[in-house]
Amino acid sequence: MTAEPTVREAIVHKSGGKARLYIFGAAAILLIVGALFSESLCPYDPYLQNLDVALQQPSAAHIFGTDRYGRDMLSRVIAGSRASIFSTFLLVAIITVVGTAVGVFCGWARGRADDLLMRVSDLCLAFPGLVFALAVAGILGGGLHNAVLALAAISWPKYARIARSQTLAVRETTYLKAAMLAGCSTTQLIVKHILPNIAGPILVTAMLDIGTMMMELAGLSFLGLGAKPPTAEWGSMMSETRGLLQTVPWAVFAPGVAIFVAVMAFNLLGDAVRDYMDPKMRGR
Amino acid sequence: MTTPILQAQSLKKIFTRDGQSDFLAVDGVSFDISAGECVGLIGESGSGKSTVANMIARLLDSTEGRILLDGEDVTDAEARKIFRTVQMIFQSPQESFDPRRTLGDGIGESLLNVGQSRAEVREEVGRLLEAVGLSPGFAERYPHEVSGGQCQRAAIARAIAIEPKLLICDEATSALDVTVQAEIVALLLRLMRERGMACLFICHDIALAQDFCDRLLVMHKGKIVEEGTPDEIIQSPKQAYTKMLIESVL
Ligand SMILES: Nc1ncnc2c1ncn2[C@@H]1O[C@H](COP(=O)(O)OP(=O)(O)O)[C@@H](O)[C@H]1O
Ligand SMILES: [Mg+2]
Repeated sequence: MTAEPTVREAIVHKSGGKARLYIFGAAAILLIVGALFSESLCPYDPYLQNLDVALQQPSAAHIFGTDRYGRDMLSRVIAGSRASIFSTFLLVAIITVVGTAVGVFCGWARGRADDLLMRVSDLCLAFPGLVFALAVAGILGGGLHNAVLALAAISWPKYARIARSQTLAVRETTYLKAAMLAGCSTTQLIVKHILPNIAGPILVTAMLDIGTMMMELAGLSFLGLGAKPPTAEWGSMMSETRGLLQTVPWAVFAPGVAIFVAVMAFNLLGDAVRDYMDPKMRGR
Repeated sequence: MTTPILQAQSLKKIFTRDGQSDFLAVDGVSFDISAGECVGLIGESGSGKSTVANMIARLLDSTEGRILLDGEDVTDAEARKIFRTVQMIFQSPQESFDPRRTLGDGIGESLLNVGQSRAEVREEVGRLLEAVGLSPGFAERYPHEVSGGQCQRAAIARAIAIEPKLLICDEATSALDVTVQAEIVALLLRLMRERGMACLFICHDIALAQDFCDRLLVMHKGKIVEEGTPDEIIQSPKQAYTKMLIESVL
């Protein structure tokens, strides 16, 4: 790294990335709280069909217009946030926990089981993720839960890789030797000493993955392998309305913009968290 | 004759490294340590001293040979089976404490693991800190918040917490300033006399070992090449290698 910070570095990292952390953290919290209370935030019932007001242009009454069943798009976008955001969280939580467990096991046990699991994870990493998820979701059948499982099945290896290499590094440290000589069992070594010391990079990866996973889930739903109509979910809403793109573009844009905003917010938050955790960036 | 605390018999360690030829780091090392005795293991860097120490503390498996603690064969035992008898102080104090845990957590860990209550452990950690010349407040500090000397004092407190019969000091003072080094050596000497611990004192500085130890072992390329009291060795070294070690410091 050069001694003279570039202008960009000076601006972006002036406060050690803390300002960004707060701004995007607040944006993410807003989205999450919005999703939590989505029912009471909807101006209209998102599932109520009213053909008298079908395909209306955006107006004061319906900011994002209405779809072909006369459902208020704003209400559907707000209601959809719950399925989109929380299923993404569930997915990221699953792959983080499963990947970390596999990685720590491999790094600790080494030997044959490690070789085998790492070959499996190489396979997953080499395979185009969405194609595999399509196949799995196709076999399991549609539904948001199956889409989450399908993406989880292909996405855990990244975490396993990180957890494994970090575990291998920590097991060579002097403090782990000291802990062994303090009489710790394997479980104690892993829970008290290894996990806390490898959590940083894993959590940062998870934060950065939220945006990606949200896109992929929406993608599966768009292809009809995720949330099923009439469930309000951003991907499937875009799919439902895509035939209307030329006549009533707002019905497609509304969920599209929602995905864009949410993905951006979580990605930027992930970036901010990563920079904040990086000791080289801290205290600048 | 009473059984020695430690009997190391023909210890051998071969490191197998990917893509390289096997490396014989320790080649048939044998020695005993009696209760309360302080034995110095000296030799230049890379001669295999730490490998011997790690095998005895059961942090590393030996390729051949036997290790007996109090007459009991522990050659294949895990570290957690022998930690009541053997404790170790490492070269770099800061790296020997978990960066995410306080010094107090580290010092009290072995006591917790033998079933003492948290309250008992907290009190005992305070007493141990005092015994090594630190105030009880250090229990709340993290390893990066103290100096190297203070951290090594905490490491000593950790090592004596469980009252081991054998303390292994692997270059315990090498990473410290000269003045701090002297303080730590004095502290170790006092604690060993008070508590009657035996010690395997590893260092590359024969002058330091001379003051500290009852008996010296000189190690070179994985073998013990000379053995005797400090006076014998320093006044009439038999090996050219030992002469070189002496000349390098005196
Ligand atoms: N894990 C290891 N793998 C391969 N070689 C090692 C390993 N540990 C130590 N060695 C080698 O064994 C020799 C002895 O090392 P060590 O016992 O640390 O020496 P000392 O403590 O006397 O400086 C060195 O040449 C070192 O490179
Ligand atoms: Mg060494």
